Amino acid sequence: MITAPELEIGVLILGIVILMFEAFAAKMDKHLLAFAGILGLAAVLVASFFVVPSPSSDQATGFWSFYTADSLSIFFKGFALITTILVLIMMIDYAPVLASSVATRNVGSTLGEFFALPIFTCAGLMYMASAIDFIFIFVSLELVTISFYVLVSFTRSNPATLEAGVKYLVLSALSTAFLVYGITWIFGATGQTNLERITVVLASSDTDREAALFGMVLVLVALGFKIAAVPFQIWVPDVYQGAPTPVTAYLSVGSKAAGFVVLLRVLRPFLMLPEMQRLLVLIAILTLIYGNLAALPQGNLKRLLAYSSIAHAGYLLIGVACFDGGAVIFYLVAYLLMTLLSFAVLVIVSQRTGDRISDFDGLAKRSPFLAFAMLIAMVSLAGVPFTVGFLGKFFIFYAAIAQRQLALVVVGVITVACGFYYYLKVVRAMYWQSAATIDKIPLSALSRFAMSALILAIIGLGIYPQPILKAFEPTRGRVAATSTTVR
Amino acid sequence: MLLLVIFCPIVAAIVIMAGAPARKTALVASVLTLAITLLLLASFQGPQRDFQHLTSFSLSPEWHLSFTTGVDGLSMVMVLLAAIVTMAAVWFTGEIDRHENAFYACLLLISGGAIGAFASIDLFFFYAFHELALIPTFLLIGIWGSGNRTAAAWKITIYLAIGSFILLIGLILLYQSVPVESRSFDIRALKAAAALGQVSADAQRHIYLLLLIGFGILISLFPFHTWAPEAYASAPAPAAMLHAGVLKKFGLYGLLRLAIPLLPDGARHWTNLLVVLLLGNIIYVGLVTIAQKRLDWMLGYSSVMHMGYVFLGIASANILGVTGATVLMFAHGLSIALLFAIAGELRRRTGTLVLDDLGGLGKVMPFAGLAFGLGAFAAIGLPGFANFAAEVMIFFGAFKNGWEMERFHLFQIATVFGLWGVVISAVYMLRAYRKAFMGTLAARWKDLVDLRPGLRVPVTLLVGAALCYGFFPQSFVRIIAPAFRPYLSAGR
Repeated sequence: MITAPELEIGVLILGIVILMFEAFAAKMDKHLLAFAGILGLAAVLVASFFVVPSPSSDQATGFWSFYTADSLSIFFKGFALITTILVLIMMIDYAPVLASSVATRNVGSTLGEFFALPIFTCAGLMYMASAIDFIFIFVSLELVTISFYVLVSFTRSNPATLEAGVKYLVLSALSTAFLVYGITWIFGATGQTNLERITVVLASSDTDREAALFGMVLVLVALGFKIAAVPFQIWVPDVYQGAPTPVTAYLSVGSKAAGFVVLLRVLRPFLMLPEMQRLLVLIAILTLIYGNLAALPQGNLKRLLAYSSIAHAGYLLIGVACFDGGAVIFYLVAYLLMTLLSFAVLVIVSQRTGDRISDFDGLAKRSPFLAFAMLIAMVSLAGVPFTVGFLGKFFIFYAAIAQRQLALVVVGVITVACGFYYYLKVVRAMYWQSAATIDKIPLSALSRFAMSALILAIIGLGIYPQPILKAFEPTRGRVAATSTTVR
Repeated sequence: MLLLVIFCPIVAAIVIMAGAPARKTALVASVLTLAITLLLLASFQGPQRDFQHLTSFSLSPEWHLSFTTGVDGLSMVMVLLAAIVTMAAVWFTGEIDRHENAFYACLLLISGGAIGAFASIDLFFFYAFHELALIPTFLLIGIWGSGNRTAAAWKITIYLAIGSFILLIGLILLYQSVPVESRSFDIRALKAAAALGQVSADAQRHIYLLLLIGFGILISLFPFHTWAPEAYASAPAPAAMLHAGVLKKFGLYGLLRLAIPLLPDGARHWTNLLVVLLLGNIIYVGLVTIAQKRLDWMLGYSSVMHMGYVFLGIASANILGVTGATVLMFAHGLSIALLFAIAGELRRRTGTLVLDDLGGLGKVMPFAGLAFGLGAFAAIGLPGFANFAAEVMIFFGAFKNGWEMERFHLFQIATVFGLWGVVISAVYMLRAYRKAFMGTLAARWKDLVDLRPGLRVPVTLLVGAALCYGFFPQSFVRIIAPAFRPYLSAGR
């Protein structure tokens, strides 16, 4: 029988082995390392299906007092693994750019590190999914963030990348400080770091709720940075644009998903405080408006996707503000599929021409398959039925209407219409602008396979969402139960 | 068999994208769709009021979400309309200079989406199938359109996206308004819940308003109509035929399908608002139509205007008026498709649709002139065409309704104005016909050729169907009326 912690240990061992090979086998083709990483992660992914979830309790001691193996965490371990596999596939496509832009003599060794780092990030994401103790949340968050420091500034000979790296480093460190400070306040008020025990302590009347709430707001600031919620979104466009494209994809999916899982977990003790919901509604509205309006005039696709990731954080926050964990998880899955698909196309096209929208002109002629993949990704991001993106929005709006959050619904509908404009702008460029160059774009079999799988998943889950609905069913019940006790 | 009708165009679209010969496949698919639809119609059992030809696949038991299709009299008529217009539109498609396969695939996707929406009994798929047409419309206008196509494409897409998301909110609210244990996306289950009075009058009011705005945007209800003329003027003719003829009817169909059985109190509450708005459609848009200088814009506005009559029939809320509304949806779909087809052929030949530049074309294109004339007569509502039968039913139904309520009522006023609307439509239609086809022939149009014989087939089909149901509207009334009988007064 496989237990949950063995999954992370497996991933860590895989990362270390790849690093060892990278360091000592100088002669080998470094691309093999990426393939080994993909295979290894796939093996762990398969193993994760055999882990039996067990709900956490506030009586657990030792290791299990800060680590949970409930169904939510298992689900997100799989989520992190799939994301990392897809990012590694993108990195293989990106390798030529890396080779040309890194200043060192030994290109091979840089490449090996480039493939190894995401595996450690993946381990961090997986730990984060299981963390139910503030200390452990902090440690795993740092494991993720520190590996991202390196990844974001990987092509450091490029000034834009360097700028992105510095911005990410400074602001991320600042948000970490907020997190620690917030945890301190919560610990001071409740005397606990375990989330389950904090819930129990907060329920009693002699706890200083004000202090705990203040701490929670500080924690929210730190998490707002991770999920790119307004007003902590300033870093997003520059960092997303400057970072190597696969890293941007990883940042916008992996980092955001982890932020939301942690958010769902840490908010649970604080759900009974009505101030919390008002605050979340406000943040959600601001994020929606900012992300969508700022995306409207963008002419650079990478920047557009950066603003769109802020906009989607807004939709996710609607789900959080309405305490519907199930809707948030479904939306995250949808977001993973469609964002990674669009970045996968972007990685390949931007090597040929560039990452402005006008560089996609006439893509339908140059590569019908890539244009179709991008069409599906954009249409799903915009939220057209029979794609998973629509169902995601459907569940989010469903939750908002059930809670009678009128403001969220109205703002949501208006911003969806904005979304149609800027996502279809890309479609317009691909299909009815004529191309400047008419060269065909080559596509490796692996990428073609990965993209086809993503397209099929987007459409398939858009028609038959049952597999994911089933996977988060237990969470749905529990979150619903918690929210009913609130009301 | 019904599934075959829905998926025949969609599968054909996929096959065409995969590289099959575009025109042949599309024609075969549309003819096949029409043939199966006629078979369905023949095997349709009239007086029965339940759905027939049912198929159902459960998708999510917890949400009571299932892919269920079936037809009753109302949807049967709409599916028939969609099948006829699809075939005519595909047949009318001429030479496409670029991306020929994509053009036909988009057309067939619109058609498949419309048929799917008409045949779905599940609320979710009812909505989703309609949205399937959104992106193909965007591409059709944007890539192959004329005039200010980019602006028109954005406008229609964003307008319709807002409309459909407002509609989605209304539908979710409807789903949540029934008690948890009877929540379902199945329209039949919702009807059962509504029959038990489980949808409170208060909730009905909110939901009906949302549905009215959402559907209203899709139907181009005044004042949400501004997207329609521009889009139809820019769209390639087959796209305009399908959209104005079939897809726009989805909103009306939705009101008939959902509002009448599920939200009677809401409908009653907002009747006055609806009547005022529909008068905006008939009178205001009618006058705007007279002022148009271009044939395509005129047709676009006229299609907006005629929606007012259908709304009048729906608002009258008795069987006579509602049945008339359904027949008018069918009849208007045929006539506007015919008019857009001829206008498209004119544009292809002359390169302009400014009415003052045309003239005397009837001499060189007698068949096109005849077809346009018949279409115009049908649109005005001359006896003999289905439009006439439908409008008579609507007017009688609406007038009667007002009579039953009070001595002198908004409905009588609306009906009187509506009758003046017929005069307005006679003015602009006949004027357009005179300017385009009568008078002296300009020298530069001397060499124009008439429609080739192949294109006369769809024209005959459209005119024939309009005449057929103009002389025998009873065959429709017999299958439509039972669908509404449990919910509405007879209105006799």
